Amino acid sequence: MSLLDSFLVRATLAGLGVALAAAPLGCFVVWRRMAYFGDATAHAAILGVALSLALSINILAGVLAVALIMALMVTTLSGRGYAMDTLLGVAAHSALAFGLVAVSFLQGVRVDLMAYLFGDILSVGRVDLAMIWGGSVAVLALVGWRWQALLTATLNPDLAYAAGINPKREEMVLTIALALVVAVAIKVVGVLLIGAMLIIPAATARPFASTPERMAIMATGIAALAVLGGLQASLIYDTPAGPSIVSLAAVLFALSALARAALGRRTRR
Amino acid sequence: MSLVRLNGLTLRLGGQTVLHHVDFAVEPGEIVTIVGPNGSGKSTLLRAIIGALAPVSGTITRKPGLRVGYVPQKLHIDPTLPLTVRRFLDLPKRVSDTQAETALNEAGAGALSTRQMAELSGGQFQRVLLARALLNAPELLILDEATQGLDQPGSAAFYQTIADLRDRLGCAVLMVSHELHVVMAASDRVVCLNGHICCEGAPEHVASAPEYRALFGTGTGGALALYRHEHSHSHDHDHEAAE
Repeated sequence: MSLLDSFLVRATLAGLGVALAAAPLGCFVVWRRMAYFGDATAHAAILGVALSLALSINILAGVLAVALIMALMVTTLSGRGYAMDTLLGVAAHSALAFGLVAVSFLQGVRVDLMAYLFGDILSVGRVDLAMIWGGSVAVLALVGWRWQALLTATLNPDLAYAAGINPKREEMVLTIALALVVAVAIKVVGVLLIGAMLIIPAATARPFASTPERMAIMATGIAALAVLGGLQASLIYDTPAGPSIVSLAAVLFALSALARAALGRRTRR
Repeated sequence: MSLVRLNGLTLRLGGQTVLHHVDFAVEPGEIVTIVGPNGSGKSTLLRAIIGALAPVSGTITRKPGLRVGYVPQKLHIDPTLPLTVRRFLDLPKRVSDTQAETALNEAGAGALSTRQMAELSGGQFQRVLLARALLNAPELLILDEATQGLDQPGSAAFYQTIADLRDRLGCAVLMVSHELHVVMAASDRVVCLNGHICCEGAPEHVASAPEYRALFGTGTGGALALYRHEHSHSHDHDHEAAE
């Protein structure tokens, strides 16, 4: 009847929705060296899925809650005698382990774990699509609204304080945005590959950007390209969709790195 | 009215008391320099004044609506963050091209607009930081060891720019420095800090105070003389006025 009846159209729109939010946010993840933080939030999402199923609440809400709690716990504990990456390592893997154990307790329900670990973009329904786009637009609005303050705080916390910006509050904004992206991206790429959608487009855009805004826009374009191409490839070669998208993004990154090396050599001469 | 007034400020960092009971104020238009050995709490004091650290006891009173321009000790720009000088000046508030150009010229950093921050030399970088601090027409300019990594003529020129700016813009300047001989000559008031205020007053007064000599020895007097000698026949007219 409508365009949305086609599973491929829904999958494409879902992928683009995730790309739209993940790429600009991913720039901050790269600039602030929060890659591991993104991974930890994503791993915690599996625990969120298990709890949502056990308590029969909305999966999006459950994932969001667990991801936020984990992020808050790590932020609070850091600076109290543990290094950040140690804490994240503990939190990420134990959340994943607890999540997997919790899923095994769920008797009546049959849970397709693979769908949550690697995504199941081809099964995206209309409701999923609405949630993905709702979440993505919310993330974009949040990051866009705080953009100047986020950049200032990313550059230097004291510079932010002197300008009347509280860098801790801006960090919280990023944490919330990250939890939201993880929640909406589970269906598309799964918890194990969300980190890739954050990091790879941003890193691919870096050599060609002269300002933060250009980097964010290019990263979005690259992410969209990876989604479109990756989905096509998965249809043609009958490969899993999520990993195909990430693989294409990685190929684009490799090309960008080569171009950067070539550019660098030319300017040095 | 003082721009900033600290009353009995006590501050702890990581369980250690860094500042004990500091009373201190900055008046409009004056250049105040804080000197002190490493770990004496100089940067901590500045960070408390900009609101980055909360005191354990005591109060910090800022003039209502005080406009502060802050130049941090060093600014690490992550290589993954592309940032032109022009875009940097747009943080935290966007400014017009004319405003940006004026600030860059005032700080002696004209023509750097399109350069990447990461490609600037140490001296250029400090001048761009200064230009950004000038953008909101500050009443108080705060500089934390702003000449770290500059050679002596470079830092003398930098301090000269600051003294000129004070004369032109009428802002007060509060700075921290290691380079006693250069800074003391350019200051209205010097505060010698070592966890508490040891002594303060006009540069000549502080330099001869026993508390100051106990911290820095008498050697700096000689360095001051040496510095003056060095530049009495300098070829760069920019440096002469620093004496």
